[in-house]
This record gives sequence, C-alpha cells and structure tokens, in this order.
Amino acid sequence: MSSAGELYQSIILDHNRAPRNYRPMPEADRMAEGYNPLCGDHLKVWVRLDGDRISDVAFQGSGCAISKASASLMTTVVKGKTREEATRIFESFHRMVTGQGGPADDLPAKLAVFAGVREFPARVKCASLSWHALKAALEQTGENRVSTELGA
Amino acid sequence: MTAAPKLGRLDVARIRREYPVLQTKVHGHPLVYLDNGATSQKPRCVVEAEADFSLLANANVHRGVHTLSQQATDAYDGARALLAGFLNAAEPAEVIITAGTTAGLNLVAQSYGRSVLRPGDEILITEMEHHSNIVPWQLVAGSVGARIRAIPVTDRGELDLDAARAVISPRTRIVAVAHVSNVLGTINPIRELSDMAHRAGAALVVDGAQAVPHLQVDVQALGCDFYVASGHKMYGPTGVGMLYGRRELLEQMPPWQGGGGMIQSVTLEGTTYAPPPARFEAGTPPIAQAIGLGAAVRYLREFDWGAVEEHEASLLAEATERVGVIPGVRVIGTAAARVGVLSFVLEGVHPHDVGTVLDLHGVAVRASHHCAQPLMRRFGIPGTVRASFAVYNTSDEVEQLVAGVEEARKVFAG
Repeated sequence: MSSAGELYQSIILDHNRAPRNYRPMPEADRMAEGYNPLCGDHLKVWVRLDGDRISDVAFQGSGCAISKASASLMTTVVKGKTREEATRIFESFHRMVTGQGGPADDLPAKLAVFAGVREFPARVKCASLSWHALKAALEQTGENRVSTELGA
Repeated sequence: MTAAPKLGRLDVARIRREYPVLQTKVHGHPLVYLDNGATSQKPRCVVEAEADFSLLANANVHRGVHTLSQQATDAYDGARALLAGFLNAAEPAEVIITAGTTAGLNLVAQSYGRSVLRPGDEILITEMEHHSNIVPWQLVAGSVGARIRAIPVTDRGELDLDAARAVISPRTRIVAVAHVSNVLGTINPIRELSDMAHRAGAALVVDGAQAVPHLQVDVQALGCDFYVASGHKMYGPTGVGMLYGRRELLEQMPPWQGGGGMIQSVTLEGTTYAPPPARFEAGTPPIAQAIGLGAAVRYLREFDWGAVEEHEASLLAEATERVGVIPGVRVIGTAAARVGVLSFVLEGVHPHDVGTVLDLHGVAVRASHHCAQPLMRRFGIPGTVRASFAVYNTSDEVEQLVAGVEEARKVFAG
C-alpha cells in the first residue's frame, strides 16, 4: 500500500462523512458499547431482534474514519441477518483485517474495502471495534462494554 | 508572523549521520521522524556506550569485591555524577536513578506524598498534566484523604497564574507541574510557581520529561524541590530516568520499594535504611541504561545550546506558519514561550486519520490524546496531531509534514 487513496477508498470516505443508521435506538433489545481508551474511539451499537433475526441495528459515537465507516457499513450488512449469519460475517471480516486470509466468499462485497487495513496493524482495532460491540450485544443482554485494545 | 529565520549554526547534516534510522524509508519515503516527544532517536555514541558496557564491562554494582564489579560501580556512579551536573544539582547524592519519569513521579508521590499529606490537605496540579503527573497523585490522595485541585489553562495554552494564586492556600502541601507541556509545548514559569508554592509552605514537584531535550535545566535556579525526567526523550535509552530531590527532603523520606542495595542493616525483625540516593534504588538498577544515559548527557554537552534553541525555534516557527495556513487547520497551543512541539487538529478529520496519511508519506507523528485527557476535554477535542522536533530535524522535513497534511485535507475533502 503506498497511497492514502488505497486505504481510504471512496466508500469508506462516504460512510465516514454520512454514516448510515447513525442514531440512538431507545426501543432496542440489546446494546453494547465499544471503547478504546488509548485511542479514544467510543461508540454504542443498538440491536432490535425479531426472534433470531436482527430487525434493526444502529450506532452512534466518535472515532476515526476507519472506525466510523466500519460501524456504518456493518449496520447496512447485518440488518435482516440472523444472529448466526451476522457472527459468520464478523468472523470472516476479522480474518480479513487481521491478515489471516483474503476476503472470503461469504463476506459481503462492500466489506472488502477494509482489506487495506491489514497493512496497518495499529488500525485493525479501529475497524473491528463496532463488530466486537455488535457481537457482545448479540451474545448477552444488559449493557456491555468491549474494547479492541490490549490492556485497555 | 515573520518569515522563519534561516537554520542556525547547527551542522545538521553531520548530526544526522549519527542516527542510522534517519537514513531508512517508510512506505517508500525517507523517514521523517517528528515523534520526538514520544521518544527521541538515539545517536551511535549512546548505543555504543550501552553495548560496550554490556559486552566488555558488565557486572553488578555496589555488590562485588572483584575488579569488574568495581569498574561497573564506578561507571554507574559516574553516570549519576553526569546527571547531577546536567541538572545542576548541588551534589550527585541528590540524583536518584529511576526507571523513567513515571517511576520518579510515583516515587515522590508514594514516599514524600504519603509521608507529608494529611486528610484535608491539597495537591495542586494543572489541567495540562500528562496522566503520569495526575494518576500517582490520585492514588496517594485517595489513600490519605487529600484533595486534588488543578490550575486551569488559558485558550492560548498557558497556565492561568491568577487562578493559581487564588487556589493555592496553606492547605496546599504539594504543587506538581510539567516544566513543558507534552501536548502544547508550553514552557511553564517554574521559578514563579516555585516561589508561590514555597510561600504557601508547599513543595514543588516538576515533571521535566519534555523539558530536558530542549532546555538547559538548572534545578537550583528553578527553585524546585523535585525534578523528574526520562532518558529516552533526551537521546538516551529507555528504561532509565532521573529524580532530583533536595537532600534535606530526601533524607526525611521513607523508602518506597524495599530490596537489596537500599539497606544499612537487616535483621529478621527490622531494617535500617541506607542514606539517599541508595535508599531509593532497591534492587539491581538499570546499569547499562544509566551508562547510556550518561553518554547522552556527554553528547548533549557538546552542543552549542544557543544554536540548538535557535534551530528548534526556527523549525517550530516554520511548521506553525506553514501548517497553520492550511484550510481547516487549528493550532492548539500558542503560548508565548514554547519548545519545538506543534499540536493541531484538521477540521472534520480525526487525528488518527491524519496520522495514517502522514505515515504513508513517511512522516511519523503522534496522533492521540497524548495521555492528557483532561487537557483534551479543556479544548473540546478528541486528540491532536503532534509534530515534535529534535536537533536532527530539518526544514525539508517540515515540507514533508506540510505536504502530508495537505494530502490528508484533499483525501477527506472528497
């Protein structure tokens, strides 16, 4: 990777500027918070479930372009998916950004824009923060707080 | 602002040859290292002093009767003497060799702080402190029932001394302040704060981590009671630092950590402690690192400090002027007295994203809250991009910084 344009692809810039599903959700069934105290990225993810299916998902918070765009794209991808499907997408996404394989076949195409993040180990935690928050929200009820920073 | 002056009398090309890392590339671009506030690069003479000791003269200090141990002890004590000269302490015994600034501040808080603070007493810090000059005081305040107060910071990034005068009182036992802000570069008026603290009967603790690479420090002229710094920000090794304390205070202080080397005599029932500085150096100290730090002091002594200050001021002026005029840039910290630190935010772009774009240009900066969250809150920002300069930086490198920030602006303007 040699240019900023390869990392910050136009989809990422677009979702950073105009994040989708960017709102609190008072009627949510689940909520989790992602907070990385070292870098300061902080967001909340709300989920509404219809049985086993994610009927609505939203987020709000502050952070860098990578974390914001990742959260925004995540919400567009997991809406309407079952918990199991969402977890599989998370695992596939995680493998890609941590460099344990290219974008897998089961990864929604638009998430492939984050493939460049693997070149920046310091930024993997930004791309994965909202996903860890979503996972925590799906796995347990109540208020959860997760971090993708070691020792945080 | 007037045009930046020409580079000073420093032979920067010659200085750079002593730092092999400055000849390397990052993302295909020559490395432009502007993260000196986090840690500076180390010249060959420092690394060689450490390596020579480890390869040819390694032994434990203050322990053995054998020749090598005596030589190691002499070298270690020699480093202490160099540090005492560097800070202009009255004598080497006033300098304790520590693991770094954080260790030094914790030592003062736990030993001096814990022994003088009573419930209801106050510790006065400032809004611009690094977490390492906040948290150790909170720890001790919490356990003795003391209270922490903070001197506010003005919009320019200077301490509000009128507010300081209003808040300092006979209840104030300790005033703890950075000599230079790690975020804003502000040089704080230590002499004035020291007089203020002493009039109130308080001791002054100075965090000098960001000052020692840029200023000639004279602890006696500053009038401080404690002065703490790290080796690795002043061209020395990591894992080693210095704590200056006035002898009179050090002698009254209880040990902080117990172990070998800090005792006079030990029975199973009790122990009498060695006098300072040994009382505060339990266990095997960072010997090779201290010797490397001594080499860094020798290295710094070779410089014409007027030229160093002129050079760093010129880089700062140029960077402030050139980065400051980029649309959307807001410089954070415009104090009248500053060292070579430029903090800024770019509107609509998170500091980390600016940092990554700069990295792609080979430019290393710090982009974060700089372990100064209260200060970030004061300015209402999540963090800043910080470029911090050292003796080896050049005007061309400032150009690379400017080009990188321009690029970040373009990328995110879409």
